[in-house]
Formats: sequence, structure tokens, C-alpha cells
Amino acid sequence: MQARLVALMVKELLVVLRDPRSRIILIGPPLVQLLVFVFAATLEVKNVDVVVLNRDEGAAGLELVRRIEGSPTFRTVKPVHDPADLRSAIDRERAIAAIEIGPDFSRDLIAGRPASVQISLDGRRSNAAQIVDGYLGEIVAGFVVDENERAHHLPTIPRVVARNWFNPNLTFRWFTVPGLIAIIAQLIGLIVTALSVARERELGTFDQLIVAPLRTHEILLGKMLPPLIIGLAHMTLYVIAAVVVFRVPIRGSLLLLYASGVIFLAAVVGVGLFISSLCATQQQAILGAFLFLAPATLLSGFATPIDNMPPWLRPVTLVNPLRYFLVITRGVFLKGMSAADVAGQTLPLALIAVCTLTAAAWLFRGRME
Amino acid sequence: MTSPARATRAPARATTGVLTGPASAPERPFSPLVRGRRLAALIVKEARQIVRDPSSILIAFVLPLILLFLFGYGVSLDATRTRIGIVLESPSPSSRELAAAFQASPYFDARVGTDRRAFEEPLVQGAIGGIVVVPVTFDRDLRIRSKAPELQVIVDGSDPNTAALVQGYVQGVIAIWAGLRSVEAGREGGEAGGQERFWFNPARTSRFFLVPGSVAIVMALVGTLLTALVVAREWERGTIEALMATPVTRVELLAGKIVPYYLLGLASMALCTIVSVYLFDVPFRGSAFALFAISSAFLLPALGQGLLISAGTKNQFLASQLALLSSFLPTFVLSGFIFEIGSMPPVIQAICQIVPARWLIPSLQTVFLAGDLWPMFLKNIGVMVLYGLVFLALALRTTGKRLA
Repeated sequence: MQARLVALMVKELLVVLRDPRSRIILIGPPLVQLLVFVFAATLEVKNVDVVVLNRDEGAAGLELVRRIEGSPTFRTVKPVHDPADLRSAIDRERAIAAIEIGPDFSRDLIAGRPASVQISLDGRRSNAAQIVDGYLGEIVAGFVVDENERAHHLPTIPRVVARNWFNPNLTFRWFTVPGLIAIIAQLIGLIVTALSVARERELGTFDQLIVAPLRTHEILLGKMLPPLIIGLAHMTLYVIAAVVVFRVPIRGSLLLLYASGVIFLAAVVGVGLFISSLCATQQQAILGAFLFLAPATLLSGFATPIDNMPPWLRPVTLVNPLRYFLVITRGVFLKGMSAADVAGQTLPLALIAVCTLTAAAWLFRGRME
Repeated sequence: MTSPARATRAPARATTGVLTGPASAPERPFSPLVRGRRLAALIVKEARQIVRDPSSILIAFVLPLILLFLFGYGVSLDATRTRIGIVLESPSPSSRELAAAFQASPYFDARVGTDRRAFEEPLVQGAIGGIVVVPVTFDRDLRIRSKAPELQVIVDGSDPNTAALVQGYVQGVIAIWAGLRSVEAGREGGEAGGQERFWFNPARTSRFFLVPGSVAIVMALVGTLLTALVVAREWERGTIEALMATPVTRVELLAGKIVPYYLLGLASMALCTIVSVYLFDVPFRGSAFALFAISSAFLLPALGQGLLISAGTKNQFLASQLALLSSFLPTFVLSGFIFEIGSMPPVIQAICQIVPARWLIPSLQTVFLAGDLWPMFLKNIGVMVLYGLVFLALALRTTGKRLA
């Protein structure tokens, strides 16, 4: 029995590796996704263009402008002399923020009166604008604290010392790359499985498989294990790339990562087999896989946190295997997550895997008859 | 690939072979009237084909609604009510006041403790997003008033975007607290907070820029993926070669494809706009004409790309992969939809410039949130039309090679 199973698995692996279409899927999308996401998918805000309208004639206004210019976040700090220019710079997206320093800024500071700076931001890009606002607020607050200390005024705003755990410089790549490992494992596990049964039915070889001297569960295992192995192989490549090329630290145990990776892939392979059994052609299988991948990726916390979703939508993510595996990959890489914490995520993952595999086996058996 | 497929293709090729000679010659003798009727007939034929094909309806209307729903509800960059821990190392009236300010803030869901170790484990698990530590020295520094008291903020850097936002919100809460204190003390302190104002989107709702952006993704899907898939299927089945055997010219052939898919693209755009405005409450401050002009300009390169991919691959499978990688993915990542182009490395920034959606998304966000801003629209429309002409010319050339 085991020899038969091994033979079937070898055949399945060979089919995937020899079929030019499968080869394209195995190499093209993962590679492009890695490059595009690692280099372009960043919510960091750098090289920011701002305009400054300084109506203050004193030293304080100039000093504040100098501090903004000195911050590495800002690429250009362009002075304007007219509120209309300020308006059009934001309208035309030439600047994301405009700083307006009032005519009494220096005088107010010296006299110990509240001095205010008006910051206008482009709400069309509200996320980036909020982060720029944070940077500018920090600069202004720091400036005022220093000025007050210098002038021996009573300090009123506490100085905030920020520390970022797990990622001291808030390097966005450290966030993307571990997440990408989970995404690629899902993509490969799903597509390879989804194509396999659909391909046999398109080519008409599915009937041959049915009459072959194999039990149904052997065929099932033969269809499930190869995508799992290929998925793990891809995962390994990306783990190596993450550590060697992108220098993301691994603080937890690789063993935990792989153990939960197997459970995650089992859940994904179940979904893939389900789709595959439903579809008559490879084209349909690809579209079906896309229909699953889009919501699974967007509702997983890969791009934006689950906590930001409306409360009624959050429970939906509980059935999404990617959600749990993302916590594990990021946890193992950056946080050095303990076995107990990882187990808290693998348990629901295992439950989902049992469900998807059972459903897939049921549908697959139905197709065999 | 398969033998049945080859069997259906073979006769088609044979017919082409016979008719190629006479077919390419009579491009002149027809009067403009006949040509116009011929083109109209082609367009009607293509339109019927779309209406009868369930996969077209799926990609043009069902998929857009699913995507819009996901982007409208599922994807949000607004960190509202982030769970944080406040550590009061030596509780005092003023530090309790500060803690109360955090608890009152709409941005935080704050729990108060006296030992930071109690919050460290939840931070690792991701159960909380940050810890604000009010150190023992805080009260003393506040009383002595010789130097500014210090506060420590520890955030979960494994999600850098939320971490940066939380830092900003903490700063905001502290500024408000300090302002209230000086008012209560009856003195006007020398503090100067930045008073910020978010134009076009005062509540900073990320949905307001994500939803117009996802309209662009939908148009890229319909324009490029759907066109590439369906036209590639015709190449695969040989029905295009059959069409070429008729007196139809290449330009007419392409125009016959472009017009129905252009209308389909506009229809899904209109559907998405209605859903955005009525379901997601995204403001629409520009004019419908501006939206129509911008979308039309974008559909030109999108359709051109789809036709080029289908004519280049002549294979549904390759076409779908190429369309996803060269249109869907760049529209998502390289267009400024979520990720700021200015923050990317220079090489990637240069690549972004040739992505048509990069010129669409700012215009869409402006027409929804800011209003009509023609100097910006005209420039972006010009660039998109230019890309469209390049793609269409390439598609025409690729289609032509096959005829020779």
C-alpha cells in the first residue's frame, strides 16, 4: 500500500514540475510578489514634500523652520508667501502638508503666551497625512519644550520618549517579509492543489485514476501531500531570503514555524482540493482560487490590522487560516513567541484544517462515483 | 494542448489559409457606409457574446462588488480604540488625571496598572498595541518645574504603521491634557501645539481614499483581465482567425472588441460609484462628467493592455497570469492606492510612472473628495491617453503579424 502511495506521489510531483503551466505558477507569481511587496509595499512615510508659510519675523519662526528642514523625513520644505499658494500646493498634491507660522509666534513664545502653528494636511491621503502630522507635532512640541526650558518658563508639555519593541527603527520590511512567507505558502498550496484535479478532468485522465488499483483515500493523500511538500519548499526559500537577503531577525524557534506551517498548509490544501473538485477546467480553478485568495488575504491582517475592521466583520476572520499563521510567522520572527503562545494559534488552525480536509474528501469521493 | 482542441483548430486554420489572399486585398472597395455598418455589426456581436457569457458577468459585476465590499469594510488603516496599558509607577492625582485623559480618548481603550511587567506579555501576544509608562520621577518633575517631565511610550513595532499612528495619538492626548491643566491652573502656558486640519477628509477616514482607489482596481480587472481572458479564448478556439477571413480589417476587429468592453468597464465603474456613495458614504464632490472623462482615459490603456496580452499569448492560462501580474498587482501596489510612492526606492518610483493606474488614482481621489480640479485631471488624462495609444498600437501590430 505504501509503495503505491509513494508511486502516486512521485507521479503527482513530476506532473507539477514537468507541466510548463505549473512551472510558470511556481516561479512567476511568487517571485514577482516577493520583489513588488518587499520593495514597494511600504506604509512608511519618507521623502515628504511640505510647504511653509512663515509669517513670523522673529527668531523662533526661523528656528522652527530650520528644525523641520533638518528632519530626514522631509525631502523638500518649500517656503511660500501667500495662503493661495499654500492651498494650491495641497490641491495639486505637490505637498502633503502645509505649515503656517503666525505673525506673533516669536512674541508669544517669549511672553509665555500660547503660540500656535497651523498644520494643514491632505485628507485624500489621510493615513500618510496622519503620520506626517505625528512627525510635525513631535518637532513642534520638542521645539516648544526646548524654548521654554531655555527661557526658564514653566514646562507644561511632558517630553515623550518612544521605544519600539521588536522593531526599533520601525523598518517596514520586517513587517512585510514574515507576512509574505505566509502569503506565498498559501498561494502555492492553494494553486497547485486547485489545478491538480481540474487538470486531470480537463485532460480526461481522471477516469484512468479511478480505475487504477488505488483506494480512494490513497488517491486523496496522493493529491494532498505533494502540494504540501511544494508549499513547504517555497516557505523554506522565503525564510532563507528573509534572513539572508532582507536581514529580518529570527528570534523564535524555526521548529515551531514549520510545525504550524504544516498544519496551515493542510488547511489550505483542503480548500484547494475543494475548489478543484468543483471545477471542470483549469481556467475555472484559477478563477476559483482567485475568488478565495482575495478575501482571505484582505481579511487576514496582512495589510491592515484586524482590530481596525468593524466589529461585525471581525468574527468572520476567525475561520480564515491565514489570520492565525500570520500571527505565528510575525511572532516567531520578530517577537520570539513562546511555544504556548504559538499553540494558542495552531489549535484553531488545526480545527480549520480538519474541517476543510473533511469537506474536500467528501466532495472528492462524490466526484469519484 | 489536447487533441480535441487541436481538432477544432485545424479546420479554422485551413479556412484562413484559403481566404487570406482575397481577405487582405479588398480593404479599399467598401464605402464608408458599408464599413460603418460592418463595425456596428461587429460591436453588436461582441456585446451579445458578453451578455451570454457568465464569466464576463462574474468578473464585471460580481467580483467588483466583492472587492469593493472587502476594501470598504475589511481594509482600514484607521487605528481606532487601540488597546493600551498605562503604567503609573507612583500613582498621584496628576498622573491619574493623565490616565483618565487616555481613557477618555476615542483612540484608545486604556487599562491602568502599576507594574509594567503585567503588560509586557500581552504586548508579545499582540493583545495590546502599546504601553505608556508614567515614571516615578514624573510627579516630582511636574512639581519642581525645572525641567520637562518625561513619559515613556512602548509600542509594538511588529506593525510599524499602527506603531507610528499610536505614537502620534499619544502625543495628541498628552497635548490636550497639558492644555487642560494650564487652563485649570489659570495660567497661560507657553505651549504651542500644532493645530492640525485635515482638508477634504476632516475625520481622517481611510475608507474615503481606499474606496475610490478600489474603483481603479475594478476597472483594471474588467479592462485588462476580462478582456485578456475572453479574447485569448477566441484566439485559442480559432474564432478570431475565422473573423480575419472575412473582409473585416484589423482596426475594425480591435474597435469591435474595444467598444463593448469600454462600455462594460464604464458600467462597472458606475456600479462601484453608486455603491461607494450610497453604501460607504464616500463624499462625491466633483462632477459626473469629470469622473466619466477620467475613467474613459484610463480604460484606453487598460483595454489596450488586455488586447496586447491576449494577442501576444493567444492562451487563456498565460493571459490570466500575465494580466494579474502586469495589471492587477501594479494597480494594487505601485499606484499610490495604499502605499505612498514617495517612500519607495527610486527605481520602483520610476516603474510606478509607467503604471497607468498611478495617474488614475489621484484623479479619482480628487474627484470624490476634493472636487473638479481640471489642471490636474487634464495632465493625468493626457498621460493615460498617451499610454493607451502606445498599448493599442502594440496590440494592432501583434494582431497584424498573425495575418501575414
